Parts: sequence; structure tokens; C-alpha cells
Amino acid sequence: MIELSEEILLRMYYKMNQARFFEEKVEDLFEKGLIYETTYLSKGEEATGVVSCLALEKGDLTSLTHRGHSQAIGFGLDVNMMMAELLGKSTGYCKGKGGSLHIADVENGNIGANGIVGGGFTLSCGAALTQKYKKTGKVVLCFAGDGATNEGSFHEALNLASVWKLPIVFLIENNLYGMSMPVSKHMNIENISDRSASYNIPGLTIDGTDFLEIYDVMTKSLRYARAGRGPVLVEAKTYRYNGHSSSDAQVYRNKEEVQKWQKKDPLIRFVNYLHENRVFTDKQIQTIEDEAKTSIEHAVEFAMESPEPEITTVLEDIYA
Amino acid sequence: MEINEMKKMTYRDAIRLGMTEEMRRDDDVIFLGEDIGLYGGAFGLSEGMLDEFGEARVMDTPITEAAIVGTAVGAAATGLRPVCEMMFMDFVTMGMDALVNQGAKMHYMFGGQAAVPMVLRLPAGSGSGAGAQHSQSLEAWLCHVPGLKVVTPSTPAQAKGLIKAAIRDNNPVCFIEHKMLYKMEGLVPVDDEFTIEIGKTFIERPGKDVTIVTYGTLLHKAIEAAEFLAEEGIEVEIINPVTLYPMDMKPIVESVIKTGRLIVAHEASKTGGVGGEIVARVVESEAFDYLNAPIIRLGGLDVPIPYNKELEAAVVPQRNDFVHGVYRLLNRE
Repeated sequence: MIELSEEILLRMYYKMNQARFFEEKVEDLFEKGLIYETTYLSKGEEATGVVSCLALEKGDLTSLTHRGHSQAIGFGLDVNMMMAELLGKSTGYCKGKGGSLHIADVENGNIGANGIVGGGFTLSCGAALTQKYKKTGKVVLCFAGDGATNEGSFHEALNLASVWKLPIVFLIENNLYGMSMPVSKHMNIENISDRSASYNIPGLTIDGTDFLEIYDVMTKSLRYARAGRGPVLVEAKTYRYNGHSSSDAQVYRNKEEVQKWQKKDPLIRFVNYLHENRVFTDKQIQTIEDEAKTSIEHAVEFAMESPEPEITTVLEDIYA
Repeated sequence: MEINEMKKMTYRDAIRLGMTEEMRRDDDVIFLGEDIGLYGGAFGLSEGMLDEFGEARVMDTPITEAAIVGTAVGAAATGLRPVCEMMFMDFVTMGMDALVNQGAKMHYMFGGQAAVPMVLRLPAGSGSGAGAQHSQSLEAWLCHVPGLKVVTPSTPAQAKGLIKAAIRDNNPVCFIEHKMLYKMEGLVPVDDEFTIEIGKTFIERPGKDVTIVTYGTLLHKAIEAAEFLAEEGIEVEIINPVTLYPMDMKPIVESVIKTGRLIVAHEASKTGGVGGEIVARVVESEAFDYLNAPIIRLGGLDVPIPYNKELEAAVVPQRNDFVHGVYRLLNRE
């Protein structure tokens, strides 16, 4: 098993808690009618989103999915600006024009969450081509879901990335459902990582609730891509606790299944590890959780107090 | 070098020259597409470019239009200025998500973050017997997407000036080149700073009796018609928008105020075509009060492009359609 420093463990646990509290707060705000659009919550997927991003180096890039809040928090986006964007405020990442589906921080390497399932694959090829062409030594972490791997763009992107040896790690968060469609019905293979064989690139399947395995495999995969050896396909099996969106009655699964996954909740596994290895005292753990929670409460305050965009901005930024 | 020095060359060579000059000027410009390297492009457009710029900048791709366009968008958003070629405009249908849902919208939906300086070269049009899937003029689709710019050169000089301007533009520019114009010769400015402003409509031939707005191959048919009509003393004003979206309507409106008569024409299917939009904008403008006759819209028949040469020619407006249109507007038929 890999050994992680206290510093990285602290960052991981803090951000995973931020992600959990963020989603719980979003759920709450949505129920109160304060969020305009529907919501695609990543509760249950905090480990894949946060931990994989913490394996990145400064200057690396990422492309996020529609279920991207944990990923964005992991990548280091500001929770105030994220929450403001969800509330459609002028202080949000996209000045209220994008919403949750389009949270982006391009200058810092987040080329955007994506409302099109499978939309990020080929964009990641382009971002990686820039790194290769300019010899930056940076890698692109491309997030996607299980459903997206049935899109043509997945196969075109993996093929191109393979033949051009582009520095990308494709991380598939396999949460077992493409909206309502179970994986067993939408593909005829057990592991999505098997698809790597078609492109002659490494493919690995990992436990998406195990932060240690995620960090270990992502670190190695990123190193492989950074060395100019081409892309890697990593599949992390995980689970979303909420429905696909806020309008999902979840008729396609039962409570027992959800409860079974909640028993191996990534945050519980994390805190158990901290206890077992006596990394932090109970008080320190409580402090990390409290600070994470407070940061999200501040984000909500910031977002609520922020001004709506001026109507005149509707005609701004059509062209660069 | 004389600033006005001109050299005779084909439309195809003019596009290549414009691209080559921009690639020499700016290392961030890369070129990607199918068979553009060693093969030199399906229409020979990029012959010699691989030799000059190498594989790192002239990148042969697999047959993978969705990935070509998506890669261009991603590369543009992160600091390169990609030019990519669809072998035929028809194949842009395979890359539409990346173009329409991603590239066109990123700057706006990210609140002003990320410029997407890319050029999508689209060989379009009928006249070569290539059939229904290799002959379309799909510009109206693209003109319906805010965030894109859509341009089309009709002469070698425009081809050079416009491809250079498109490469320098900080937005996704769809550069529609008509396949039947590739061999057309014309004088092209040698100056490597010669560009054609995107978003500016041009008067190709001044006149006072009837306004014709058109582009592409039909521009040349309209000019032939105008020359024929000039012998009868009829002065046709021909306007070429060059930038189809967003279109500079001012010269068109001013011309209609002057002539009171308007023909709009394009090779693309008439229904939902760019011509309909031009007409709508004219009748919404102050030019409405100056119209002396109903507007005539010439467009391709609403059919897929057929293979047979005569059938194919029957789909698109011809020189005589312009002549008869002008007669009709002047009550001379």
C-alpha cells in the first residue's frame, strides 16, 4: 500500500468533505427553489473527483463532466465562484451564463464541465495536442462517465490519442448507470477498461471508493502519459447516491442497492483509514470537517449576496 | 516589394499561399485533416506544405471528423491556432457536436473565458458529379449558430485575403470554399499583410437598376448576366456579402434603396437558406419603402444533389435565371 504524507491526506479529506457538503447544500438550495436549473449531484463520487485531481501537477489540465462538482473542487476551483455560478450570479465562474454544466476556469487549466455526454473527449485531445506541440510536459485529465464510452467521440478520441501519443489520462467514473440504463444493458463487457485493448493503450479498473488505490493508479498513469508514452484509460467503479438529476424518481434501482454502496462510502473509508493509522487526532479530524463545512456555508453566503448579472451582458462575449 | 503587386494564380493556390504565409508568420498555426500531408489533400490544396512545415504542423489524421473538429477546438482553447480541413463540407455533419455545442459557445457560456481561434475549411458545392453526399452547400446551418463566423471567398484574391483573416481571427471561422472555383485564375496581391476584413460586405459591380446579392459560383453567373444585360443598357449592382454570418447588411440596404429591386441567389437549397435571411432583413429595414417590385429569391431546388450532369445542373440557378429575374423586375418579359 502506498504511503501518503499528512499534508496530502489533509487536503484530500478537506476537499472530499467540501465536495460532500457542497452537494448537500446544492440539494437544499434546489429544494428551496433557489437553483434555476436541475442538478446533477456527485455525492458518492467524491473520491474519484477529488483524489484524481490531487495527483495532478501544477499546470496540468482537466475536462469535467456534467456531474462535475467534486472534480472541480478537487482541481482547485473556488467554491464561492462555483456556488455563485449555480445561483446564476455575476460573480460566478461564467458570470451566470453557464451554470453547473459549464463551470470552467480556462486560464488555470479547467477547460470546462460539459453538458454533452462525451463532449470532453476530443476537446481533451486538443488540449493535450497543445501540451505536446509546445512541449510543456503537462497532462490532461479527462473525466467521463460510463455512458459516455458508448459515444463515437470516445472511440475517435482514444484512437487519435493513441496514434498521436497524446498526454491524456481518461478517467471513467463508472457509476453503473447511464441515467436510468444499467451498465449491463448498455454494454456487453464487464470492465470499461477492456476498451483500451482496441487502441493498444493501458487500461485499468479500480475501486472508485478507495482513495489510496485512486491516488496510486492515477499517479502512475499520469507519469506514464507525462513521459510521452501516450494515453491511459482508467475506469473507477463508483456510485452516485442521488438520482441522475433532481427530477429522477430512480425507478431503476432499489434502496438496498444504494445502502449497500453507502456502506463503502468514500468518506467513511477515508476517516476509518485516518483512525486506523492514527494520522490525525479525533479533534483534528473534526476541525477539518468543520472547516470544510464552514467554507461551503460561506460560499452560499457569497453567492446569495452577489448581484444578478446586468441584463445588458446578454449580448456580451459572443465573440472573442 | 510594391504594395499593389499582383500575381496571377488559382483560387486553390491562393488558399494555400494564404495558409502558408500565416504558418510562416505564426508558429501557433497548425494544420490538421485527412490526407493533407504526403497526399497533398484530396483536391491538391496542401501540396508541398508537409515538406515546408513537417509532420508536427501538417498533421494527417485518421478518418475521424468528430475528433478533428474537437481536437481543433481543444487546441484553440489552450493556445494554438488550428486550421482543419473537412475533405468535403458534407462531412462537417460528423463534427457538429464539437463545432456547434463546444467551439461556438465556449467563449460565451464560460462568461468571456477562452478564445477559440480556429478555422474549419469546408470544400462545398455541386458541379462535379460527386453526388448527394459530396456536393452540399450547408452554410445556412452554420449561420444559425451564434458564436461562429461563416465566410466564403468567390475569387482567388478573396481566397487569400480571407483565409489569412480567418486564421488571425480569435473565433471559430467556417471557411467555405467552392470546389468548382479551385481552378479559377485571378490576380492576387503578393503582399503578405493583405487580408480581407471579416464582417464586411463588398460591392462587386456598381449599378443602379437592380441589386443582386450572391456569392460563390453564382457570383460569376451573376456577373455574366450583368455583362449581358449591360449591352441592353441595364445596370445591375452585384453585392457579395463574403461574410455570411454575421452579415454586414448596410451596403445591401443602401443598394436596394438606390435600385428598388432585389434578387438574392445561392446554390444552397432555397428553403431555410441564407437568401431568406437577407430578404427578411431588407424588408425589416428602411429599404422596404423603396421596393418597386417583389423580391426574387433564386436558390437550389429543395432536392438532394443528383449525380447525372444535366440533373445536377438543373438543381442550381444559372446565368439565364438572373437575366430573366432582372427582366421580370423591370417588367420587360
